[in-house]
Amino acid sequence: MKPLALLATLITGALLLYGTADFAAWGDPASPPNRNISVRYVEEAVKETHVPNIVTAVLGDYRGYDTMFELVVIYSAGMAVMGILRRREDQ
Amino acid sequence: MKISMQEARDRIPQRDIILETTVRLMVPFIQLYGLYVIVHGHYSPGGGFQGGVVLGASVILLALAFGLPASKEYLTEGTDIIMANVGALIFTGIAALCALLGGMFLDYSVLTKILPIDPISWRSHGIFLVEVGVGMGVMTIMVSIYWDMASAGRLDEGL
Amino acid sequence: MIWQLDLVLLILVVFCAVAAITVKDLLSATIIFSAYSFLMCLLWAEMGAVDVAFTEATVGAGVSTIFFIAAIFRTTRRSKD
Repeated sequence: MKPLALLATLITGALLLYGTADFAAWGDPASPPNRNISVRYVEEAVKETHVPNIVTAVLGDYRGYDTMFELVVIYSAGMAVMGILRRREDQ
Repeated sequence: MKISMQEARDRIPQRDIILETTVRLMVPFIQLYGLYVIVHGHYSPGGGFQGGVVLGASVILLALAFGLPASKEYLTEGTDIIMANVGALIFTGIAALCALLGGMFLDYSVLTKILPIDPISWRSHGIFLVEVGVGMGVMTIMVSIYWDMASAGRLDEGL
Repeated sequence: MIWQLDLVLLILVVFCAVAAITVKDLLSATIIFSAYSFLMCLLWAEMGAVDVAFTEATVGAGVSTIFFIAAIFRTTRRSKD
């Protein structure tokens, strides 16, 4: 293992560990991500979409663009692999 | 004992009755579970993406056990490409249909103009239709990537 | 969240991550990476993110391992560094 690479890894790891000190506690209802829009999703999602699984409601309806482009990414990857690798017998 | 990749490639046409029987028994249940994951995504963990990967894995399992040509008889190359495109088109088509009917892009409640039921029920059913599209697309794309990578694009012999 | 289970899982995750990048044989690295994905899946499930755990189990531990093995099968098994 090269010493320079080890040093870079250790410094980056130490910085990331230092960053985790500012994380909110796990499942803390007062943390910033849990204070803004997710409250509305938890309270209104079943009423607005009739889907008991809130994750599906958010992925399929509220954040539909995200799921759509996820499918587009998979589709593009498949078409790229097909275009690069696939060969016909007569070629 | 380690064998080189060249030796492994020479050993391909071996058949094993235990492997084939196990896979033949397992594949229907894996596919049933994949369909369950897609359809039951409203009530339990899962959805189109995970169910599609499970369905694709069942075809990949067939290709691993019986050889790649056998899996191509099961799901032909043309069907695979058509289903991938149809899956992507279902999602984007429903989204565009919502926009054409006067609502927002991906706002399924406007679909009441086609079939008059409760708009909130339409949001639930719209999610289901979209998940079916995701499942079809992901399943066929996974199978197609596996075919191309395992046979170096010739689709004649697999892993 | 049980902290003893968390500790065991996180230690195993770190162990698998270090092993996957130090081992010379690429096929072994793939299998260790699959084990890493499965441990991450357990970690997600243990934190209550069941949908993410499901995706990690199907894509990370299942299909991507097969893709890696297919790529190794068509190229070479030995790593240069």
